[in-house]
Amino acid sequence: MSAELSDLYQNVILDHNRRPRNRGRIPSANRSAHGDNPSCGDQCDVFLRLDGDRIAEISFEGSGCAISQASASLMTTQLKGKTAAEAERLYGEFHEIVTTGKEPEDMSDLGAFAGVHAFPARIKCATLSWHAALNALHGDPAPATTESHID
Amino acid sequence: MSATPSAWDRIRDEFPILNQQVNGHPLVYLDNAATTQKPRAVMSALDRFYARDNSNVHRGLHALSMRATDDYEGARARVARFINAQAPEEVVFTRGTTESINMVASSWGGANLRKGDVILLTEMEHHSNIVPWQLAAQRTGATLRYLPVTGDEGLLDLGALDRVLTPEVKVFAFTHVSNTLGTINPVAELCARARKVGAVTVIDAAQSVGHMPLDVRAIGCDFLAFSGHKMACVTGIGALYGRKALMDAMPPYQGGGGMISNVDFLESRWKPSPERFEAGTPNFGDAVALGAACDFLDSLGRDEIRRRDGELSRKAYERLAELPGIRLIGPRGERGGLVSFAFAGVHAHDVVTFADEDGIALRGGHHCNQPLMKRLGLTSTVRASFYVYNEEREIGALVESMRRTLKFFGPES
Repeated sequence: MSAELSDLYQNVILDHNRRPRNRGRIPSANRSAHGDNPSCGDQCDVFLRLDGDRIAEISFEGSGCAISQASASLMTTQLKGKTAAEAERLYGEFHEIVTTGKEPEDMSDLGAFAGVHAFPARIKCATLSWHAALNALHGDPAPATTESHID
Repeated sequence: MSATPSAWDRIRDEFPILNQQVNGHPLVYLDNAATTQKPRAVMSALDRFYARDNSNVHRGLHALSMRATDDYEGARARVARFINAQAPEEVVFTRGTTESINMVASSWGGANLRKGDVILLTEMEHHSNIVPWQLAAQRTGATLRYLPVTGDEGLLDLGALDRVLTPEVKVFAFTHVSNTLGTINPVAELCARARKVGAVTVIDAAQSVGHMPLDVRAIGCDFLAFSGHKMACVTGIGALYGRKALMDAMPPYQGGGGMISNVDFLESRWKPSPERFEAGTPNFGDAVALGAACDFLDSLGRDEIRRRDGELSRKAYERLAELPGIRLIGPRGERGGLVSFAFAGVHAHDVVTFADEDGIALRGGHHCNQPLMKRLGLTSTVRASFYVYNEEREIGALVESMRRTLKFFGPES
């Protein structure tokens, strides 16, 4: 296996793909949003229970490749307990990781997605669930689509 | 025409693109249902045209324009012969299958569909044979209806035909060979049944015309659409076959130069088809290439292409069926030159990324067949599709690559 491919399919990603965290619908969710990646048919729903400005609970449902499923799973573990502003900042850092491959030192498991930058067609796979989560946070009723964002 | 053994022996030399390494492995190109590679014969026909004859066609009074017009109209006659149309005038050059179907749905549909009419499609249609009809339905008030498929085996449910093919059906549009299932539909029978209720027939031949003998008169269709780039030709050129009487009764699709017999300030009169449907400077250079692609495929023999296609897909189906957790989609028996499958627990895009690592070009996704995917309870499949240059050893490489991928994603031991 090439270095690029083993960087893409890191153990953290394979683990989240095999055993997704926070998968399913939260019964008490008060926000949700749907995301589509029209070029490949991947879909993702994100459910939130907002407590004031803070994400008290978060979960996802969806179908897609290992990158998209692992990204959604890992995202839920990172966003729980965050405020909207903190979530936006985290997405900015995650976007930087998947587009440039630069791994910040204190980014925990999100750094596992640095390998994505070598596969430009897969960046949308990694960011789909984040778009849906941010839309849910903002209460944006329009479905997130990877086509209406830069990535 | 039968194949000379030597034409097949040197077949891979005709396609220079095949001679390269991808990610350190010899390229195994199995994405032919998306687009085929181009032989030297087609590329040199283009080169010859632009090096010698290029000029705008029709109405030209100088030598180059007359030559270019002869080349262009010669290509039309060649394409007409390739599908056994009654006359060259029954062939309109388009950008490809999608534009051809849009032309029928817009021009024929706009003039002939009314509220209460039904457009009959099948559940295995490509988006290009669904969306133009949805647009026509929205404009005219006609409604859409679908002939079901039988499930994973991917055959049309012909038992349901009587129920759906009623006298309200004004047009029945269906694919000849499914780009996702590989199913070869009984098109002549479907056309005969449609005629009984007076419905016009439209065939999407994108996946068939370059892969097997095709005779529009034997099939008995009213319209047939196809693309050059899926039959060894370049992108941006394709054709719509339409019966002359129907074409001459249709309003224009686009307006512009070349399609009028007389233009006044307030109104114009149209030329008959095919000119009526070729507004503006046509893509004559690529039309010449399409004629050359017809020559190339006939030199191989389309019966022989069909035989080899069928053999490759049968062997691929058998070998792949041995893999654990595989779900093969489409008919077990006779099929076109492709296999489509999904693995439990490994997504198609991951499979395709891993195959690319081994130099193998596959396609993964919904293949512009989202309604069919929903019907089968899938979101995506992996597709391997074959053409004249593929060899049995490449199926071996495919199966080995799949094994490696499955091992990687398999349960942790």
